[in-house]
Amino acid sequence: MADTLLEIKNLRIEATVYAPGEKPRDVVIVDDVSLTLERGKVMGLIGESGAGKSTIGLSALSYGRGGIRLSGGNILLNGREIRAAGAATLRGLRGKEVTYVAQSAAAAFNPAKRLMEQVTEATLHHGLMSKDEAEKRAVDLFRTLSLPDPENFGKRYPHQVSGGQLQRAMTAMALCPKPDLVIFDEPTTALDVTTQIDVLAAIKTAIAETGVAALYITHDLAVVAQVSDEIMVLRHGKMVEHGTVQQIIEAPREEYTRALISVRSIDHQQKQPTPEPLLRVESVSARYGAMAKDVLSDVSVELHPGQTLALVGESGSGKSTMARVITGLLPPRKGTITFDGKPLPPALRQRSRDELRELQMIYQMADVAMNPRQTVATIIGRPLEFYFGLRGRKRDERVQELLDAIELGKGFADRYPAELSGGQKQRVCIARALAAKPKLIICDEVTSALDPLVADGILKLLLDLQAREGVAYLFITHDIATVRAIADSIAVMYRGKVQRYGPKDQVLTPPFDAYTDLLLSSVPEMQLGWLEKVLAHRRMTSAGN
Amino acid sequence: MKGIPISALLGLFITGLFFLAALLAPWIAPYGLGQIVGDIWEPSSSQFWLGTDNLGRDLLTRMIYGGQTTIFVASMATAVSFTLGSVLGFTAAVYGGVTDQVMSRVNDLVMSIPTLIFALVVLSVMPVTIPVLILVMGLLDSTRVFRLSRAVAVDINVMDFVEAARLRGEGQRWVIFREILPNALSPLVAELGLRFIFAILFISTLSFLGIGIQPPETDWGGIVKENREGIVYGIPAALIPAVAIVTLSISVNLVADWALNRTTSLKGGRGG
Amino acid sequence: MHPIPKLVIQRLALGLLLLFAASVMIFVGTMILPGDVAQAILGQNATPEALANMRASLGLDQPATTRYFSWLFSALQGDLGTALSNGRDIASSIAGRLQNTLFLAAVAACISVPMAIFLGLLAVRYRDRWPDKLISAITLTSISLPEFLLGYVIMYLFSVQWGLFPSVSNINDGMSFLQKLNAVALPAMVLTLVVLAHMMRMTRAAILNVMQSAYIETAELKGLRRFTLIARHAMPNAIAPIVNVVMINLAYLVVGVVVIEVVFVYPGMGQYLVDHVAKRDVPVVQACGLIFATIYIGLNLLADLISILSNPRLRHPK
Repeated sequence: MADTLLEIKNLRIEATVYAPGEKPRDVVIVDDVSLTLERGKVMGLIGESGAGKSTIGLSALSYGRGGIRLSGGNILLNGREIRAAGAATLRGLRGKEVTYVAQSAAAAFNPAKRLMEQVTEATLHHGLMSKDEAEKRAVDLFRTLSLPDPENFGKRYPHQVSGGQLQRAMTAMALCPKPDLVIFDEPTTALDVTTQIDVLAAIKTAIAETGVAALYITHDLAVVAQVSDEIMVLRHGKMVEHGTVQQIIEAPREEYTRALISVRSIDHQQKQPTPEPLLRVESVSARYGAMAKDVLSDVSVELHPGQTLALVGESGSGKSTMARVITGLLPPRKGTITFDGKPLPPALRQRSRDELRELQMIYQMADVAMNPRQTVATIIGRPLEFYFGLRGRKRDERVQELLDAIELGKGFADRYPAELSGGQKQRVCIARALAAKPKLIICDEVTSALDPLVADGILKLLLDLQAREGVAYLFITHDIATVRAIADSIAVMYRGKVQRYGPKDQVLTPPFDAYTDLLLSSVPEMQLGWLEKVLAHRRMTSAGN
Repeated sequence: MKGIPISALLGLFITGLFFLAALLAPWIAPYGLGQIVGDIWEPSSSQFWLGTDNLGRDLLTRMIYGGQTTIFVASMATAVSFTLGSVLGFTAAVYGGVTDQVMSRVNDLVMSIPTLIFALVVLSVMPVTIPVLILVMGLLDSTRVFRLSRAVAVDINVMDFVEAARLRGEGQRWVIFREILPNALSPLVAELGLRFIFAILFISTLSFLGIGIQPPETDWGGIVKENREGIVYGIPAALIPAVAIVTLSISVNLVADWALNRTTSLKGGRGG
Repeated sequence: MHPIPKLVIQRLALGLLLLFAASVMIFVGTMILPGDVAQAILGQNATPEALANMRASLGLDQPATTRYFSWLFSALQGDLGTALSNGRDIASSIAGRLQNTLFLAAVAACISVPMAIFLGLLAVRYRDRWPDKLISAITLTSISLPEFLLGYVIMYLFSVQWGLFPSVSNINDGMSFLQKLNAVALPAMVLTLVVLAHMMRMTRAAILNVMQSAYIETAELKGLRRFTLIARHAMPNAIAPIVNVVMINLAYLVVGVVVIEVVFVYPGMGQYLVDHVAKRDVPVVQACGLIFATIYIGLNLLADLISILSNPRLRHPK
């Protein structure tokens, strides 16, 4: 074990929680986690939010955020115990032996200083190189990370470069002092999928060229499979499984890992279009307020009764604006919307109560989609009262029926949203939408804030309800896997336009237009060597052009 | 009402005592308000617990009656500022657009002149009576309440659950009273406490400057004004209202702090 | 065009507009009296001829807009009119008093600003430990006390009980700088206490806000010393909010002066204003109101400009 760089033994991490109105109490965030990382190797730490993976990552710097305490076990870096080391020792290793790449580079850079000064700061502070050497190294790293104009990139301020570039600059900052170990904490999570792939490739190249060891933290198994040698799966602060990438992906031992790998276990039969669409959006253009440019331009799609149309695109593609236009929150500048054979008035306040009832919406963040001061019974009961005039016992009975329909059962009616888990909250939102007996439900990224297993359950429930109630879904998402699982037809959106539209099998079958190709090929796949394959494919197509 | 911290309980208790004393003033005050009962500036004794004032009136009696006036004027001014400020603030937030722009700019304008200076300007030409004082204080202070309640309501107004209510077809009344208000209550209650303290300080300052409560009525600020000469001779009568004001404001502050801290737990979401 | 000059010009224009509107409000504020000023000045028993004379001398027989603009234009030229109560020229009465007021405010600012920043830093350094709690307890108390009462408490202790400073702050041109300082010691102390609490609390909040930024964590994980970290990463970003806090509190201080001058019988603008409010001397009140509002708006404008000038996003546009 001469080559061991980092050894964590039986690590235990605790934090004190100050809940309002309660006595402070200690909670265990990480319990009995051990890992060994060899020099030059990359280990992926994977898990849902709250699995404790970032906390473990930061423990390699012997650092705890907020009230977090590294309360037990050993952390050996280069054979030296650092868990309870003094401040001077820690200052000596932070930024020199171990460096850190944060999820949000935009917040992690000081807005008042030029990039070069920040990238070389740790190197100069620890006296590792002269100023000229450090700056030369930084420029080399900028080049390796394929940043534009590497010679002058460092002269800019953080707000003057894009998010993807900033994330790469942060990687350069971490690599500049030639550390032994870099902690990558969800470095691509905040990025769009087409940007993510570039940053991922840059990080992979940089790791390979510098020979640095890394802990790569992410919730996306497909991503971590591209960059690491080993993977550790974590859940609720405990280790679930640990193995080589190949073993984890091809022969997972634990059920939880298997669930992570085959996230979408849904079998959905694509339905054929009916003669009369339920919703017809014709050449719609829309913009916000006094903006000079359309956010949506000349968009036309159709949705058939009892079917699912998926709107796919990255942030800024206009897909959420579509939802606002259809619901009447943002009347279109041009174009018409026909619903159930009749033209739909453009603005919310012009619509009749029945028109409102037939078109319901489910939001991404179930947390803020429910009034925290209302009970589940009020939340679900209000549409019953409002649309159907149900009151008293009749209303309570119907609420219970709806709770049964979303598989929550008894005892939930009197709870407040804060007393529900993330998945339960989203189910209540579904029940609220169902209460109106709608013909169409707009689902805006309804699963993207949920952990994969929970999301899977929600999607199954939605399909199940569709089969029973015949409700149609307009499904807005950036997640291609979800689309594959549930859509009947797909509209790919890019910069406010529909780039590609049709039945699912057609849209997802080549030949593709350039953007759809880029989008589809950027979605990380759960296989070894996927990243290289895509990059090779891109080089070929660009060489062909 | 479990889980109220001791500090807040203490605050509630003392605040309650002050209000009770104000309500029961005629029954608990040992002497009449204007009654001259002894020598000038007598020290405290079993007969005059707090001593006598610059004319030989019982200071405890004057403090109790003065407290009644101070608390009454401050409460009414707070009621005016709160009703007006929060209703307008919510309206601006919920309607948005031009309505909001116009109301907010006018509010900024009124706030651009310091409250005390504005009050002095207006009171230089108005008859100084209790209703006028209440109205002037309430109107000027409503600008602060407007700003806060608008900010709070704007934050809540953009939440998805409010949008969900709108999409359902709910009217503005439902949105304001059922969706926004219950969620805005805690910060507003905390602000209510702070505005009340401010009103107490404000009316005391005005009375001290001679443009607040006019004799023969008195309030805590007036008592300071009457007895200020004594300070130079080492007679601390003028400092007694200080003790009352500090005690009352700190008590109200403790309650307000507690109300404000409760806000964080109301966002929900994190508990699950 | 570079965004900074554009924004600065915009803010300056806005400030002027605000000042104009404030002058209108001050003018209108003195006209909302039921009945009229002449009646209020002369009382119920005035003869109709006396009232008519009074109205004419006040210019009340002219339309309000005419009166407003003639008032504003003379004010702009430094002519603030004459006081009703004693017939003296307001501008010359104010000149010396304004100087005194600004002297007092400046002394208080020189003490309170460095102290507030130092205590703010101290509170952050020992956050949630006893120095922080002590500081916040003291500030809570001083916020709960009106300025004038704080004035008497201090007067009682420092002048009457301990005899350290004069209880009445007489000041005149014949005094040396040190004598003047001695004279304003107590009012300056009270003003300091009054703004210190707010300024300290806001400074603490501003620094804490910066210290909780992710880039401070980044710097910490580079192995920087705490001092280097604060000097190099926190300060450049904290200066703007702190200067902002200082400006806002100086504006507040200018208002606090009014009351404190009355307590210590200090011959400044504040006492002059309060005296003439009681005498219902409208032109004096208008003039003083306008000057106080100008200082207040000016300081707030300055705070605004400083935060624009120190914003790196605006200084280095894309």
